[in-house]
Amino acid sequence: MSGHASNYQPKSAFAKWFHERLPIMDMVQGQVLDFPTPKNLNYFWTFGGILAVMLLIQIVTGVVLAMHYTPHVDMAFDSVEHIMRDVNSGWMLRYMHANGASMFFIAVYIHMFRGMYYGSYKAPREVLWMIGVLIYLIMMATAFMGYVLPWGQMSFWGAKVITNLFSAIPFFGDSITTLLWGGYSVDNPTLNRFFSLHYLLPFVLAGLVILHIWALHVVGNNNPTGVSVKSAQDTIPFSPYYTVKDAFAIVVFLMFYAAWVFFSPNYLGHAINYQEANPLVTPAHIVPEWYYLPFYAILRAIPDKLGGVIAMFGSILILFALPWLDTSKVRSGNYRPIFKQFFWLFVINCIILGFAGSGAPDNYFLSHEAANPDKWALTYKLVGQICTAYYFLHFLVILPLLGLLETPKPLPASISDAVLARSNPSTAHVPAE
Amino acid sequence: MNVLKTLAIAAAGLVLSFGAAQAEGQKTAKDISYSFEWPFGHFDREQLQRGYKVYKEVCSNCHAMHQMSFRNLSQPGGPEFSDEQVKALAAGYQVQDGPNETGDMFERPGLPSDRFPSPFPNEQASRAANGGAYPPDLSLITKSRPGWYGTINQLINGIGGPQYVYSVLTGYTPDDQLTEELKKEQPEGKYHNPYFANGHWIGMPPPLSDGAVTFDDGTPSTVDQMARDVSAFLAWTAEPKMEQRKRTGFMVMIFLGILASLLYLVKKKVWADVH
Ligand code: HEC
Ligand code: HEM
Repeated sequence: MSGHASNYQPKSAFAKWFHERLPIMDMVQGQVLDFPTPKNLNYFWTFGGILAVMLLIQIVTGVVLAMHYTPHVDMAFDSVEHIMRDVNSGWMLRYMHANGASMFFIAVYIHMFRGMYYGSYKAPREVLWMIGVLIYLIMMATAFMGYVLPWGQMSFWGAKVITNLFSAIPFFGDSITTLLWGGYSVDNPTLNRFFSLHYLLPFVLAGLVILHIWALHVVGNNNPTGVSVKSAQDTIPFSPYYTVKDAFAIVVFLMFYAAWVFFSPNYLGHAINYQEANPLVTPAHIVPEWYYLPFYAILRAIPDKLGGVIAMFGSILILFALPWLDTSKVRSGNYRPIFKQFFWLFVINCIILGFAGSGAPDNYFLSHEAANPDKWALTYKLVGQICTAYYFLHFLVILPLLGLLETPKPLPASISDAVLARSNPSTAHVPAE
Repeated sequence: MNVLKTLAIAAAGLVLSFGAAQAEGQKTAKDISYSFEWPFGHFDREQLQRGYKVYKEVCSNCHAMHQMSFRNLSQPGGPEFSDEQVKALAAGYQVQDGPNETGDMFERPGLPSDRFPSPFPNEQASRAANGGAYPPDLSLITKSRPGWYGTINQLINGIGGPQYVYSVLTGYTPDDQLTEELKKEQPEGKYHNPYFANGHWIGMPPPLSDGAVTFDDGTPSTVDQMARDVSAFLAWTAEPKMEQRKRTGFMVMIFLGILASLLYLVKKKVWADVH
């Protein structure tokens, strides 16, 4: 890693001996302890650390679950119940793992929206951002395959619906679904390969996280002003300042997480998944986990199957292009009055998309009443279509135009100036450009 | 900007209180309350013991409960029968075991480690005996069936699984009170029950009638009482570690709360010299 030369001095004879053979403490000193970090980061910057902790928790609980779990269609469901009933603290492991996935997504969504608001994807952080999008994609695949493992009704039917999407791909579609299934339907081979991949992908994620942090340490943190670090005055060493701040935020987040695990462990899941998978009985409503709902709404917004699949994947892949779609040179939304409003509109739009994905397409929005097909009605599907259009509009039209049309507010001369102006507003004035 | 932010929050709040996936025409479960609701709630041992009796004497004629073993009945956090009671309960059943040294299967009295015996050898047999309807395994029924819907509603009141079971058991329309239209619609061997999740015609004949069981603690066995007790029992079979979970939860929250406060103070101190 580059960016910062370390002042590591081995203190003992052993440390010196070790340092000459593997200078890892040098890296720890330079990249973890002393790493110069902007001094004005707010609590939205603690979600990176929170995410790392969640990945670790998922891996640890997952590895122990795997010791008791049986990936076979006749035994998977009962083996999960065995974990819940007979394994010591098995109920806690499983509830930690199942709710941990949800917490992981809550944290990643906050982390990503943070990046979008403060323009953290802009030069020189494009690669850092793109690795992040890749992490998000692989997280989605991991959680999808994990959800299949308990082999409940929603596991089975969710797997069926999602894997079926791939058959829309021209020419290769059917071969891809056959490959995913390991046969001609969702069955034991499917469960086995999903288990294998569900075990593998988190370690791929861990590798990508290392690249993500490496890229971060090359270019350094963005910060709420979006102004680059100009002098040593703008930064403080990561430790102890951000180690304690992150630790505090992580523990608060763990309390939020524990509240789910211990007091409402099944709320974020689907009741019907406590009924064993039955290929002959289709549940009344097949809905994915909450964290996929916006994309599910996008999928269903397009009447054509292939079109829906393209829109759904497109809505994620478009994030890779975000650094070039946003034409503004100003990073932080704090200095972009119009962008800021569109940003919040975009957030609201994503939340509404989530609701649009949660109901039967032809029901009235937010109700369980079927709409009259002969009259105009605000259905789940229609809301999904409007919000899908707006989702793409935001990236493809609004962001490129805003950068050209909007007049940003004057930026502070440096991070230190901004901090001083905030702590002492009467004496300091915000200097122009 | 602030207007928009307020709107975002208001919209989220408003929107969250809707959201539904209820089956067409299904009635929302009756909102009765149980001792085990909310973070401080725990099971009522006597109620679980009564509930077990209802299950054993009525429901187990048709419904299996294959996740449960007799030994669970004496574990902490459940009905907490004594070990002797559990041994005697198990010994009341004949279970098949084997093969023995000569390769034959044989019958022996049940042991605490045995699972609850199933009334039918397989799904086909249970359908054949129940006019084609399949009595589902009840081990997890209170976790797999919501009694009501709504994003906020379920967050505050739970999914209402025990209430669903209670409502199905007490929610039959007596045949002589059916409207003419419903009578015409009524399929052979089905009963009208607007609470049932799978359409309002259910293949289960009303299983409870006043006095169907005799409770050892002298509680009058009305249909309402038996339905409450057996649904509470089924809440325990679905989540046998609930009491342990909540207890652990409080310890974890207290521990994390203290840790967070200390870290906050350290953070304040460390950051005092920045700016
Ligand atoms: C005579 C046999 C019989 C008895 C006794 C019986 N049931 Fe049932 N039960 C059935 C059948 C058959 C069904 C399936 C009905 C259908 O699918 O139409 C059923 C369905 C149910 C359901 C609805 C399940 C669902 O899918 O939502 C519940 C809850 C239930 N029974 C609980 C009980 C309880 C509790 C008892 C004991 C008090 C009991 N049953 C006694 C036969 C019985
Ligand atoms: C990125 C990290 C991970 C995510 C997001 C994730 C997500 C999930 C999800 C959503 C489930 C279904 C939970 C349920 O409803 O029961 C699950 C189940 C499971 N996962 Fe993971 N997982 C991760 C890492 C791991 C790892 C590293 C392992 C093993 C080495 C693992 C092993 C299992 C097993 C055995 C199950 C089945 C047991 C169960 O359903 O509770 N997971 N995972």
